[in-house]
Parts: sequence; C-alpha cells; structure tokens
Amino acid sequence: MIETPGYLPTEALFPIVVDAMFTKNFLLVMFLGLCSYVGLTTSSETSKGMSMAVTFVMTMSAILTWPIFYYLLKPNKLMFLQTICFILVIASFVQLVEFIIHRYSPALYRSLGIYLPLISTNCAVLGVVLLNVKEDFTYGASIVYAFSAGLGYSWVMLATAAIREKLIMRGVDRFSGFIGAFFAAMMMALIVVSYFGVVKL
Amino acid sequence: MIPETMQLLPPAVIVLGGIGFAMGAMLVWAAKQFYVETNPLVDALLELMPGANCGACGFAGCAECAEHIVAGDVAPDVCTSCDAETFAMIGELLGMEIAAKEPQYPVVLCQGGVNCKDRYDYIGAQTCKAAILLAGTKKACAYGCIGLGDCVRACQFDAIEIAENGLPKIKKYNCKGCGSCVRACPQQVLTLAKEHGPVYVVCSSHDKGKYVKEVCEFGCIGCGICKKNCPEGAIKLDKALAVIDQERCTRCGTCVEVCPRNAIVKL
Repeated sequence: MIETPGYLPTEALFPIVVDAMFTKNFLLVMFLGLCSYVGLTTSSETSKGMSMAVTFVMTMSAILTWPIFYYLLKPNKLMFLQTICFILVIASFVQLVEFIIHRYSPALYRSLGIYLPLISTNCAVLGVVLLNVKEDFTYGASIVYAFSAGLGYSWVMLATAAIREKLIMRGVDRFSGFIGAFFAAMMMALIVVSYFGVVKL
Repeated sequence: MIPETMQLLPPAVIVLGGIGFAMGAMLVWAAKQFYVETNPLVDALLELMPGANCGACGFAGCAECAEHIVAGDVAPDVCTSCDAETFAMIGELLGMEIAAKEPQYPVVLCQGGVNCKDRYDYIGAQTCKAAILLAGTKKACAYGCIGLGDCVRACQFDAIEIAENGLPKIKKYNCKGCGSCVRACPQQVLTLAKEHGPVYVVCSSHDKGKYVKEVCEFGCIGCGICKKNCPEGAIKLDKALAVIDQERCTRCGTCVEVCPRNAIVKL
C-alpha cells in the first residue's frame, strides 16, 4: 500500500490561500521569480500575459508532480530525483504554453520574448512544487496552494507594472529603468511585509 | 552482492526515462496541434521594412504586417512608412508592381500655443496626458494643443518638434506619414492631410465665439462667413467651429481670404 497524505484537503484552506498570496508572497517575501519580475513589469500588457502563463504552469505542474512524487519516486526510494523530475515536468509545460501562445497570440509571444522559456527555470514554479512536497500537503491543498501562489505572483506583477507605468509616464528618466523597478519593488515589499506581517495565522 | 545504491539504478532509469518519454510524447502531439507555419519570405520582407512598428498599417507591428502581406491579405502599400525605393525592393522580392502612394503628413489643427492664454502655471510631469489629468488642460482653450510634446515622443522618425510658438512643427523631409503622432495626441488636434495644398480650418475649439476671441488670437469663432462664401458648399458649422469637407473642397482659397480671424489656411 502506497502512503500518501491523501487526496481531499484536510488542511484549513483559507490560511494556505492567504499565505501563498500575501504573507508568504513568492515575489516579495520569498524572493522567488525575480528575473521576470524586474524584466517584465514595464507594461501592464506583458505582465498580464506573464502572470497568466506562470499561474497556468504552476497549477498544471502541481497537478502533475504530486502523483509523480508519491506514486513513482517515494515507493522506489528515488526522492533524490525530485528536483530533476519536477524540472522535467515544468519545462515540458512551459514548452506547451509557448506553443499555445505562439499559435493564439503572436503579439504577446513577441513581447514576452526570452522570458517565456525562462519560466522553465523560474524558481517560483519549482519553489511551489518543492514546497508542496516539503509541507506534506494533500493533493487538493497542493493544487490550491499552487494556484494561489500564481495569483499572488499575478497581483504583485500587475501592481508593480501599474506603479512603473506611472513612473515612466511622469517622464522621470532615473525611474524608467531598473532603478524604477527596484524602487517600485521596495514600496510593494514594504506594503506587503508591514501590512500582512501583523496578521498572525 | 550489489551495493544498495546500485539497486536504485534500474527504477531510477525507468522512472526518469518514463516521465521524459511521456512528456516528450505530449510535446510531439502539442507541436502538431499548435503548429505555426513560418514563411522564409516573411523574414526577407521584414528585413526590408522600416521596423518602426508604428502601427499605421493597422497591425500590431512590422512582423505581423509582413505576414499579412505575404499571405496576400493586404497590398504592400498599406505601409505608409516605406519610401519609393523600399517599395521597389519589396516589389522585386514579391514579384509585383507597387504603385507609389500620395504621401500624407500631419497637420496641427490649432494656432494657439503662445497665442492662447494660460489658465495657470503648470509645473507637473511634462507630458500632455499628465497635464490633462490635472483640472483639464493648462490652456484657457479646452480643445487646443497643450504643447508638451506627446506627439514628439511618439514619432519614430524625428519628424516633429515643438517650435518656439509652443506648437508642434512637422519636418516634412523626415515625416513618413505613419500617423503615430495623430494617435498619440490626447487633444486630437492633429490630423493626416494629403500632400497637395489642402485647405484646413486650423482650430479645434467648439467654444462660443466670444470666449474664443477672449483667450486666443486666431481661433475660429463660428461666424459662418466662410460657409456663406464657399462656392462649393463644402463648409459646415459644427458647434461654433467651421469644418471643411475635404472631398468637396476644390482648394479655391475663397474662405482663406474672407476669414476675419485668419483661422483658415491653405497648406
């Protein structure tokens, strides 16, 4: 008999959602996935596309990696292979997303550019699936966690893009490049840490 | 006796290989399902095009436009930014004749600038869009050019600048007529005109005549003298602003002479 944490979530889901979206936000608190965060927040359009792609890849890889870990790796004592297995799954899904975007939205495909293949090495995605295993989440909870992590990534991306667009519109040269990105990131991180830091879950 | 770590080898190979094979199979299926045809002609065409991605053709950029031209959806002359030489090269590449198009360039429908009074001193972000966000515009005329140069920044070809009179000035030799500035202007005081001597009412104000007279030296007051004198009946009044129907206008210049405010110009 293979032992798994079970399918239906036994954990309280609300703290998991709030954790993934705010208190342990992947971008601002855990500092995962910063490459695309700095690179793609110059406009709302591209950050919207990237957020959707990352959320999709996160959720799909959580759906796939959980059974792979508990039914293939753990019974065969192959836990040391988890990183490479997860990367394999994520990379394939990124490739799939790339096909889909190239087919249905060439404009978005061009504006995402190099960052699209980079999702496969985006540590936020790998972080989600590794944390799912580390925290012994049930199948349901792991999917919820991955999806809310994607939402957390999305709202920070969109909010930062809004701030940076404003800075760029103001025409302050010093704030249009990476300095502006770090400035916006600092403000966002202050908000998240100081506001949600007082909430004890 | 095989060491314990060696016993893990077969399942490791099988599991990892299996996952890899399954993922590979899925990608093969997806690659067929979502196949996008690329034509080498598109890349060759893209090399010739201006690459400014101005959007005047109605597509998202030069790359998309090139795809549609090669597919035959649109004629190559949708591109307003290519010059005759480029069109000849494109024609050679595609094996067709491309007739030269009458060039267009933007016209500023405002003579305000320094001639129009300010409502207040504006010291915010130096863009027209930001200036409008603060209590309308800084100019007394709500319709006129603000002169902070959104059009200048939109231009890919360095063909427009803010002149000393506070109004955009078109440098015709650089202008490709792409219309980026027309789309960028939040006040919509720019419009595209054909090259050969069109007549335009260079004012956009729909304000009442008395107010226009008060704030601006050249604004159209909607008196209607041009309308009465036009032999072709090509001028009508739209809320205290004369508008010339470019299709019916014969460019005779009568209205230019009779306008008491010098608000009509033959370009």
